[in-house]
This record gives sequence, C-alpha cells and structure tokens, in this order.
Amino acid sequence: MTITNNDVIKWLQAFDQVITEKKDYLTELDSIIGDADHGANMFRGFQAVMTKLPSVQDKDIGSIFKTVGMTLLSTVGGAGGPLYSTLFIQAGNRLNGKMELTLLDWAEALEAANNGIVRLGKAEVGDKTMVDALTPAVQALLEASKDGKTMEEGLRMSADAAKKGMESTIPLVARKGRASYLGERSAGHQDPGATSSYLLLEAAADVWTKK
Amino acid sequence: MKKLINKPEDVVLEELQGIELAHPDLVKIHYDPNYIVRADAPVKGKVALVSGGGSGHEPMHGGFVGKGMLDAACPGAVFTSPTPDQMLEATKAVDGGAGVLHIVKNYTGDIMNFEMAADLAKGEGIDVEAVVVDDDVAVKDSLYTAGRRGVGLTVLMEKIVGAAAEEGRSLKDIAALARKINGQGRSMGMALTSCTVPQAGKPTFDLPDDEMEIGIGIHGEPGRTRMKVKPADDITEMLMMPIIEDLPFKSGDEVLLFVNSMGGTPLIELYIVYRKAVEIAEKHGLKVVRKLIGPYITSLDMAGASITMLKMDSDLVKLWDAPVKTAGMRWGI
Repeated sequence: MTITNNDVIKWLQAFDQVITEKKDYLTELDSIIGDADHGANMFRGFQAVMTKLPSVQDKDIGSIFKTVGMTLLSTVGGAGGPLYSTLFIQAGNRLNGKMELTLLDWAEALEAANNGIVRLGKAEVGDKTMVDALTPAVQALLEASKDGKTMEEGLRMSADAAKKGMESTIPLVARKGRASYLGERSAGHQDPGATSSYLLLEAAADVWTKK
Repeated sequence: MKKLINKPEDVVLEELQGIELAHPDLVKIHYDPNYIVRADAPVKGKVALVSGGGSGHEPMHGGFVGKGMLDAACPGAVFTSPTPDQMLEATKAVDGGAGVLHIVKNYTGDIMNFEMAADLAKGEGIDVEAVVVDDDVAVKDSLYTAGRRGVGLTVLMEKIVGAAAEEGRSLKDIAALARKINGQGRSMGMALTSCTVPQAGKPTFDLPDDEMEIGIGIHGEPGRTRMKVKPADDITEMLMMPIIEDLPFKSGDEVLLFVNSMGGTPLIELYIVYRKAVEIAEKHGLKVVRKLIGPYITSLDMAGASITMLKMDSDLVKLWDAPVKTAGMRWGI
C-alpha cells in the first residue's frame, strides 16, 4: 500500500477536525505550564490551511506539504508557528515531485522534519517538547520500514511510539520554551507541543490505515 | 470571563481599527499582515527600529510607534509572537536606507520568528541587526531554561534607542547602545491575580485571594515562588533586592527607576511602591535620576507590578530626555 496525494489531503482535513475538537484541551495543557495559546494558535493555522488546500490538492505531495508549511508560518505565530512550519517544509523538501509515498518515504520525510525542528528549537529528547513525541515516532517508522512491516503496521507503530513519547513528557522538567521558566514546577504536566505532535501522527495512522 | 470585547477572535483587529481612528497623526496601520508604522515612514537616512510581540501588553509595542521611538511594531495574537511575514513587511515599510534594528524580547517564539524575518530581509538587501532583551532576574539564566525573559527594560530601551536613531546615529552604534542598555538594566515582577486570555476564557492560573506570585512573567507564566500577600513595602523589597544584587547596582550609581503596572493595578498603588523603591535605592547609595511610573508593559488584566532599574550615564539621560511623540509616551514635543 502507498499513500497518495489525495490521502495526504484527507489526513490534513482529519487533523483539522481533531484540532477543532481538541483546541480547548491543548490550550488547557498550555495554560498550566505555558501561556494558554497553543490550541487557539493551531486552530487558526489549520483553518488557514483548509482554505489553501483546494488550490494544491492535485499537486505532488512535496508541494502540498510546503504550502501547509508556509501557511502555518504566516498564521500560527509563537514558537509553534516556526516549528510546525519547519516540520512541513522539511518533510516537503524530501517529498518533492512525489505523487505517492512508501513507508520508507514517509519515515525519511518525518526524519528530515524532526531534524529540522531539533535544529531550529535546539531541543533534545528529554527537554519536554514536541521532539519527545516525534523522535520515537521517527525511530519506529525507520525500524518498521527496515523490518519490512506493512504500511498499516508502520503507521500504527509510529502513532503508538508518539503517544508513549507524549506521555513521557509528564514527569519531565522543561528545559525549552516558556515551560522552562517553571523549572521543577513543570514536572507532572504533559507538554502541549508533544500532545499536538502525537495527534498529528495519530490522525495519519487513523486515516491512512482505514483506506 | 467578563471583558469589554465583542468576539475573542476579533480583539486584535478591532484594537488596531481603534488605534487607526484615534491616532492618524502618529501612525498608519497595515492589515494582513498586521503592522503599525510611523505616519511619516520611511524616514529617509534614519535607522529604523522595529519591534513586536504578542498583543496584550499595551501600550507596548504599538503605543510606542512615533517620532523619537519605534518606526514599526508588529502585533501578534494575544501573548503569541507575530509571524515572519509581518516583520518582513514592516521592516521593508520603514527602511529609510540606513538599516533596521529589530528589538526582540527573549522568548522562544519571538526569537525564531524574528530570526526568520531578519534572514528574509537581508535576502532583499536590507541591513538588519537584532538585539535581544533579557532583563528578568526572576528566571535563572542557565542551560536548563529558555533564558531570561524580556520585560520592563524593553520599554526603556525602545525610548532611549529611538532617541539615538532620531539623532542620526548609525545602525552599528545604535545596536551597540541597545546591547549596553540590556547589559545594565534589570527587572522583576509580581502578580496579585492571574490574567485571562480572551480566547482561553478563564484565568491562566489559579491564585487564591490571599496569595501572590513573585517573579511572574508578562504572559501569566508563574514565577519563582507563591506566598501569602504581604504589605506593599515588603513586596517592593522582594522585587528590589534581587534586582540590586543581580547586576549588581553599586553605591554611587545613577539609575532610572521604572515602576510598572501589570494592567490591573492602579496608579495609587504604584506610587506606594515607588516611594518604598526610592527609599531602598537610596539606602544602597543609588541616586534615582529619572523615573517612569504607570502601565507601560502590561499583561492584560493582571493585577500586580514590576520594577525595572537601569544604570544611567550622561548619554542615556540625554537620550531619555529627548522629545518623544507616541500614543503611549509623550514629552518635549
């Protein structure tokens, strides 16, 4: 099984739905250790993405990703804007010209995306950021691809790894972003960025395995 | 949530529309992307100053656009850094050929977005320098945090550096002056209540009626410690001592003392704080040569105050006294 450009559009639409439903939850998480805007920012960004999608829906997957990235850059703001923008632009650069993806393509695109985020945000695993959800998900995808797993298996493994990564942020003391001002008081709370990253990969597993 | 707004998502847009109607002599507003520029921008041959940040800190930054202060301000959503396209367009709109200085408060999002904007502007042939403000002594500056936050000193920097630009100083000199100011100013704040972000609809944090948060940030980020509310004199001491010890300010230093409201604290209380702050400064041999008292860098409806002290010299005093004509600060013109 491969992922087509049409599947990518469906995934983005599904994620927009998830953000619409979960925006108050994300903002709630952010108000505990941040500044209470993550849900509203992601919602504003993906609303803008939804209005842009019709103009690129027949294009290659790289173009779709880069359009999403540029739209998020100019609409989200905060730290989440440049970071999610980088995720889509870096992945898009790896997917230039492709009309469909294999599991390995997807693994390598997400790896490039995560590397871009690490470079921009200067965060490592354990800093209580979105990197804590994305890094294990990328690892899971690369291993699934190497072990010859099916697309369905790989997507499920990556979403599960992202979920575990997201949950691993709960006991951590934040070292990046506004949560870091709290020091020890940031421990005991789940990171909102790791949460939205998990939701993004969960939406991919959900939509793409139901094809 | 009880607020004098229409819809939470329209707060920033409708604020800009109000500013546009109120101050056509001072500023022009550009929508989509949103930015505020001096009415006479670009000023040919003058270094232009661009700042920006999340909304909710009014009058900062939009209220500081005008002669003798900022050339442009980019307002983001409430408490959310603006985006690189806003900053790039504002930078292009005010560039008078002598270069542009970006004044950036040290927050992860602001730093990333301004860096991207500066790269894009440089790509279009504009000479851009960036200066980061990080004056909040409540945050430990270590590998384990995002570094100190940019707070009250931003206001003083924008005024002083704005005067230097108006004098015709070069971009290099102005950037060096801004870094000097950042090196010799310190701040600390406290909150009596939380603020409520319009789109969140409820207070960012719970603070019981009889407690206060010492070391608060300007976005409702919790601070160093939480304790029972104390008299103003004790609170003033709790803010002044970390500031004095951090730089450290030494006996004989001349200072500008800035007592700021977080938005919900009235002027009457700021003067009570100012009175004690002067007493503490003088006890440490500091001479308060200039002062600023009022709501200049706020945190929506949060009750509380911050104190900023900047070590002064004759150049800084002269630039501080220079004429300024903005919606939020005006003298000498």
